[in-house]
Amino acid sequence: MSTTIDARGLSCPQPVLVTLEAIAEGSADRLEISVDTDTAVENITRAVKSKGWAVSGVAEKDQCYVVTVVKE
Amino acid sequence: MSHPNLLAGIETCDDAGVYKITEDLALIQTLDFLTPIVDDPYTFGQVAVANALSDVYAMGGNPLTAMNIVCFPVNDMDMAILHDILRGGLEKMREAEVLLVGGHSVEDPELKYGLSVTGTVHPRKLLLNREARSGDLLVLTKPLGTGIINTALKAGMAPGELVRRATETMAELNRKAAEIMKDFTVNACTDITGFGLLGHACEMVDGGDTGILIHSSEVPVFPEIREFAEMGILPGGLHRNRKFRISMVEQGPSCPDWLMDTFFDPQTSGGLLVSVPETDAVLMAKRMNEEGLQYASIIGEVSDEPKGIIRVL
Repeated sequence: MSTTIDARGLSCPQPVLVTLEAIAEGSADRLEISVDTDTAVENITRAVKSKGWAVSGVAEKDQCYVVTVVKE
Repeated sequence: MSHPNLLAGIETCDDAGVYKITEDLALIQTLDFLTPIVDDPYTFGQVAVANALSDVYAMGGNPLTAMNIVCFPVNDMDMAILHDILRGGLEKMREAEVLLVGGHSVEDPELKYGLSVTGTVHPRKLLLNREARSGDLLVLTKPLGTGIINTALKAGMAPGELVRRATETMAELNRKAAEIMKDFTVNACTDITGFGLLGHACEMVDGGDTGILIHSSEVPVFPEIREFAEMGILPGGLHRNRKFRISMVEQGPSCPDWLMDTFFDPQTSGGLLVSVPETDAVLMAKRMNEEGLQYASIIGEVSDEPKGIIRVL
């Protein structure tokens, strides 16, 4: 199952925390997280790796990023 | 900008401006101010002052006088908070034997506090960033990780005891380290602040004839930050520092990614990074440990090759 998270406008480290919450919740094996800073992309990349997930793609659109992460 | 008496100015990445007044006296000028990085106003005042004075110590100088720089939301915040900040700052200046001689305050929606500092140094004792010599060892005097701990605090994840230790480290003057340094041959010195360990190490060798080897396992860090770094609880400044300097840095296979991130962590009131010939470096680090600077460690060396590159082993 895929879940979409809008973390735009959240300041660091909130985007990481909402991503980790979604992983801990356990129902999805794929997340699409919208963020608006490079920092959030970098931090989410590290956060999901520590949980055995991986970034499968980062799409840039209208000064935002959609980070797709999947359970490995 | 150049002048025969200007010993350090804006062209180099040195920690303060230095102007030679006579053959045996030079003036050091620097200023630094911060937005709050700890909740307690008194402690924030102490950290801001330790941070501002550090640039003078890093140049090999003695800070003499200081002026307060204050930005304060007069209408939205209790004046008692400002009083506590200034009291903490003044107490730290007393500890450093620096005289507060004035200051300036403005109304600002965001609180900020710091100092403009004046100090002196003998021109021949002046320590610049860029005079590290091949064969020197590098000594770091405080542990890394205060930026990451601050981010973890914002996330509600940092244990109070860790925050207390990090705050104590930030409020600690670099004065004792600087005084001990004066008993040894020192070729170069800088303090570790916003650019992180690797950012400031890069400044030492950028475009020069030497490079630096960092032994990652020898670098003092707050051990608890590993968990936060691996979870991506990292400040934006860390990523900016990495992006800015990564082309000058090589990560060896024995340095884990979380530690590499830590080496780019922006520090508030971080330690001194001192470049010292080998024999003196060993004695100096030992003496620092004996005199209470428990984290002071030899973390790397200056080498002929690779020029202008930091290799992290």
